[in-house]
Amino acid sequence: MSALLDVEELQVTFNRTAAVRGASFRVERGETHCLVGESGCGKSVTALAVMSLLARGGQRSAKKMSFAGADLTSLSDREMARLRGNRMAMIFQEPMTSLNPAFTIGSQMAEVMTRHKGGSRGAALDRAAELMGRVGITAPGMRLGQFPHQLSGGLRQRVMIAMALMCDPELLIADEPTTALDVTVQAQILRLLANLKRELGLSILLITHDLGIVARVADHVSVMYAGEVVERAPTAELFRAPQHPYTRGLLSCVPVPGRVQRDRPLGSIPGVVPAIGPGFAGCAFRSRCAHADETCTRAIPRRRAGDAHDYLCRLEPDWAELQPA
Amino acid sequence: MTAAIEVENLRCEFRVHTGLMSAEKRVVAVDDVTFKVPAGSVLGIVGESGCGKSTLARLILGLLKPTAGTVLVDGKRLFDLDRKARARLIQPVFQDPFASLNPRRRIKDIVALPLAAQGTFSRGEIERRVGGILERVGLSAAMGERMPSQLSGGQRQRAAIARALVLEPRIVICDEPTSALDVSVQAQILNLLADLRRDLGLTYLFISHNLAVVEHVASEVAVMYLGRFVERNETDALFRKPRHPYTQALLESVLTPEPGKGVPDIGLGDAMPDPSNIPPGCRFNPRCRIAVERCRHEAPMPMARPPRGMVECHLA
Repeated sequence: MSALLDVEELQVTFNRTAAVRGASFRVERGETHCLVGESGCGKSVTALAVMSLLARGGQRSAKKMSFAGADLTSLSDREMARLRGNRMAMIFQEPMTSLNPAFTIGSQMAEVMTRHKGGSRGAALDRAAELMGRVGITAPGMRLGQFPHQLSGGLRQRVMIAMALMCDPELLIADEPTTALDVTVQAQILRLLANLKRELGLSILLITHDLGIVARVADHVSVMYAGEVVERAPTAELFRAPQHPYTRGLLSCVPVPGRVQRDRPLGSIPGVVPAIGPGFAGCAFRSRCAHADETCTRAIPRRRAGDAHDYLCRLEPDWAELQPA
Repeated sequence: MTAAIEVENLRCEFRVHTGLMSAEKRVVAVDDVTFKVPAGSVLGIVGESGCGKSTLARLILGLLKPTAGTVLVDGKRLFDLDRKARARLIQPVFQDPFASLNPRRRIKDIVALPLAAQGTFSRGEIERRVGGILERVGLSAAMGERMPSQLSGGQRQRAAIARALVLEPRIVICDEPTSALDVSVQAQILNLLADLRRDLGLTYLFISHNLAVVEHVASEVAVMYLGRFVERNETDALFRKPRHPYTQALLESVLTPEPGKGVPDIGLGDAMPDPSNIPPGCRFNPRCRIAVERCRHEAPMPMARPPRGMVECHLA
């Protein structure tokens, strides 16, 4: 079966600055795909490009960008607007800024439904109440009449999820949905997303910087660095046998509770992400990489390390023996 | 040995107006907290947003006046000291280095400000000290000439650390110092803070919601819930054997990078803690998995637990 979302060679530029430089990934039906990377790597821009929500000045091109068989690059604005919020929905990091403070929760949720599917406002409100129960909000009737500021951060994110589900979307894009929340609430929201995925057959494109979240919820992972997908793998394999030096560095930076050695420094990646100007060639990670040599300034091959596992690097798979501390 | 920070029965209340007609509410942000931080050690404080950990930091920095109780920093009452003496003793590092650095000043001027404000340093001395501390935190002299907007998040946080240390204080309050940073940069900053503490003999109060980070840096950890320390112990003991159900839930909710384990069901429920409406009995009881009748009407007293800790729970 073909993937629900299939993106090949996506490029996004803002005024000649490349934000995404050839990102390729596929979200299969019923799976959670994680785009992981640090700030500025292009993961959010990738999601916005898929939704055709790039800020003014953003230029998008792709060899292929299909959603459920439809070619997204050839859709008109109107056709795209019919898809968005309907068959593909998105939730963001800060639920307070994505909800309108001047309207009640109920009216904002109902609008999604009446706009895409028509029908009465009453029917839309019934659906909203049903979904609020579904995402674990108690007393939905009361909540529908409340304004966003009357809800806690965790509740607001649940409202956003319920709103995204109003039209039964096939794809949910979640951009750092739990970053602004406490760890306890984060666990609850991620559990909810995992349950929804299983019960509704939802596909999720989850964008995060947190490798802990990736490990616990993703089926497949794409690691992004400086606008490129530098490594793709099934989740278990990525954590068991990471290949790209950046992926390895990232994993060594994460302190794991209960396994902390306080007298030893944490692994860290020296330096910062370089500015990528026009005409940049070769590996963008080379200035921070302990294994870089002169060949890294030339085009980098995409190497296979397993069935669905590949990475962009001059090094052959399983160069682990070469790995210094 | 004297304690670097000594806090006794500290309490801080705010009065909040919730609406035109509604009565004034009293929010107890810090409720009868007592602890000591020995010189040269690191006390980590963890808890959810709104638990009072940042209010506690502001009380210790002398930025807020407590409703009751005392704070001794290096044996002195902060309110007896003038601002200059206070600045030489204790300094903060905050979460967002973009908000805490003046965007219209060069980095070296920002770092020099605490020295200049003392009014006792010559220009040559200021320049020498600023150069020294910038180098110590890993910023080149060229970085000193730049504006904050020209620096990355990690470099800005290094500048904020340089400003905190330029007066050679003995105590630094770190309030979520790496929460706004990427993991690879977070590790750089944590390693830098650890080196500085060792080399300069600093004492840290380290506030974070990230338990793994706290475990890495702290020698002792306190868990805060609705304004109180509900558990405190040496780091290894607390992480190996958490006693309070809230500590246990916090630890369970940390998502370690272990694929296949799924997302834990921590069973804390939806009832978010509200500091203006603290429940009777044990303040954690509405969210507690193991609460019994006694927990609903009788507040637990702090009980000592080995090796050198305490817990406030009837059942722990």
